[in-house]
Amino acid sequence: MVGRTGIKESPTDRIFLTLVTAFLIGVMILILYPLIFIVSSSFSSTAAVTSGRVWLFPVEPSLAGYKAIFKNNQVLSGYANSLFYTTVGTTVNVVMTIMAAYPLSRKDLYGRRVLMFLFTFTMLFSGGLIPLYIVVSRLGMIDKRIALIAPTAMAVFQMIIARTFFQMNIPQELAEAAEMDGCSDLHFLLKVVLPLSGPIIAVIALMYAVNHWNAFFHALIFLKTNGLFPLQMVLRNILIQNSFDPTMIKDPTTMMEMQGLRDLLKYALIVVASLPVLSIYPFVQRHFVKGVLIGSVKG
Amino acid sequence: MLWKIQQPSGGAWKRICRHWQFYLLLLPPLLYILIFHYLPMGGLSLAFKEFSIRKGILASPWAGLKYFRQFFSSPMFFPLLKNTLGISLYSLAVGFPIPIILALAVNEVKSKSLKKSVQMITYAPYFISTVVMVSIIMQVLHPRTGILNLILGVFGANPINFMGEASMFQSIYVWSGIWQYAGYNAIIYIAALSGIDPTLYEAAQVDGVSRFKRILYIDLPGIAPTIIVLLILNAGNLMNIGFEKVFLMQNDLNLSNSEIISTYIYKVGLKHAQFSFSTAVSFFNSIINFLLLVTVNTMARRLGEVSIW
Repeated sequence: MVGRTGIKESPTDRIFLTLVTAFLIGVMILILYPLIFIVSSSFSSTAAVTSGRVWLFPVEPSLAGYKAIFKNNQVLSGYANSLFYTTVGTTVNVVMTIMAAYPLSRKDLYGRRVLMFLFTFTMLFSGGLIPLYIVVSRLGMIDKRIALIAPTAMAVFQMIIARTFFQMNIPQELAEAAEMDGCSDLHFLLKVVLPLSGPIIAVIALMYAVNHWNAFFHALIFLKTNGLFPLQMVLRNILIQNSFDPTMIKDPTTMMEMQGLRDLLKYALIVVASLPVLSIYPFVQRHFVKGVLIGSVKG
Repeated sequence: MLWKIQQPSGGAWKRICRHWQFYLLLLPPLLYILIFHYLPMGGLSLAFKEFSIRKGILASPWAGLKYFRQFFSSPMFFPLLKNTLGISLYSLAVGFPIPIILALAVNEVKSKSLKKSVQMITYAPYFISTVVMVSIIMQVLHPRTGILNLILGVFGANPINFMGEASMFQSIYVWSGIWQYAGYNAIIYIAALSGIDPTLYEAAQVDGVSRFKRILYIDLPGIAPTIIVLLILNAGNLMNIGFEKVFLMQNDLNLSNSEIISTYIYKVGLKHAQFSFSTAVSFFNSIINFLLLVTVNTMARRLGEVSIW
């Protein structure tokens, strides 16, 4: 191999490069293999999964696991609830984030430092679980849908990302010129700033949406009714707590079958639950990387 | 004197009035942090009170440091501290260098498609939810159908119930975390590496410096500021392990090694309704966290330009 300098690589360098390449390929296999194993298992037959015959590709292909999922009301209602929490929650998040980030990005905002401190301090110190629970319960939000929207209405981290973007991309002169022409601050935000901020809005919306889809903790502490549970709570009950326990069935063959179906169903559930996020991932990866990098720049 | 020219004329009130719409915009976010962040901070006074639900926080009588003393003298104090610090120190020791190694390796290869696919694949597990991640762990380590036991079986080993072994809990927690987050954590180093001046490599190549030495003498010093700042910030989060994953991985068999402060607060506080006691535990944790964060952030600020506020 010849580099830009036109110097040939030495043999040791070539060996080193081969080792590095091998290392990276090993890393990829290590990450992909468990995922492939799960997807393949989910498409295999109950018997193949319970007897451990699945290694790489589906064995005796079947859709039994997926059929069982879509007959399960809990999973379907969890899916619908998660869609609701994600769309409503993300909309609230994005609006609130812009409402805070734009004014705080303006150098001519009086009290900017104090206000900014109020926001960032919440990243350093928190009241913790019990006081938050008491506040939410005093507001009458326990076991209501709003308990998964209001307490996470905005994240300071994403607000700082948006603020940094506004500071770097919306020139102060533009705002001043608009002000001279009699354009109000609100009008300027809606007509000039937002159309110029498409990429950053997409980034923070995606970050928020993934957080909502994957969230579990607040549902655990604030919700009690099964019908309100988001998908992650339903998954936890089925996948980790084995909530539909088939031990009541006396007939041994059926019990064996039930046990097998339960294993199979877990694989299928893992696939179905991760699909929405992982299927958009290849298209949005670039934006996420951008968001992470802006977030790491000093706000 | 320059700043006087830049400032619009008039006092504070005039400047506020001029941009009153900004304050209107800021009102909902401010209300949000007041209600859901500052109000709970005020609720920390619970830790010093004999809380009764009927009387509410304000009217409940003071208890002084009773609940703090109760926590420090409780038999759970040292195990909780040991588990919490044990898990985070283990995570830091193994989980911190691996993303750096990954980034250096990605930076070394020339093939664009290899670079792209490594980044794409290693970053993907970041998007898996904690619940799904824990169930993947449980499926992979399953004593009967798990792939790891199947592989061990090929070599004639007896199946191991990994999740039931308390001594394995921390390793499972830390290494699955690396599997999930190494790619994500490498992003910032990859970005830092791409910012290194390419003429340095060319000069080194002309001088016949080997690839390995170029990593040691160009790459590592080039990303050293990033490494130091991230290390310090990580150290600031030592007492701050996420609740969800540990909680979901817990079972009766591994509890001796897996009970950490945040899971303990949840159980004692919400399950057994000992509000004051668990708030005291949580307050203790928050204070240590806060001190750690402030200390390390001051250090980070002195060492580099990066700071979290």
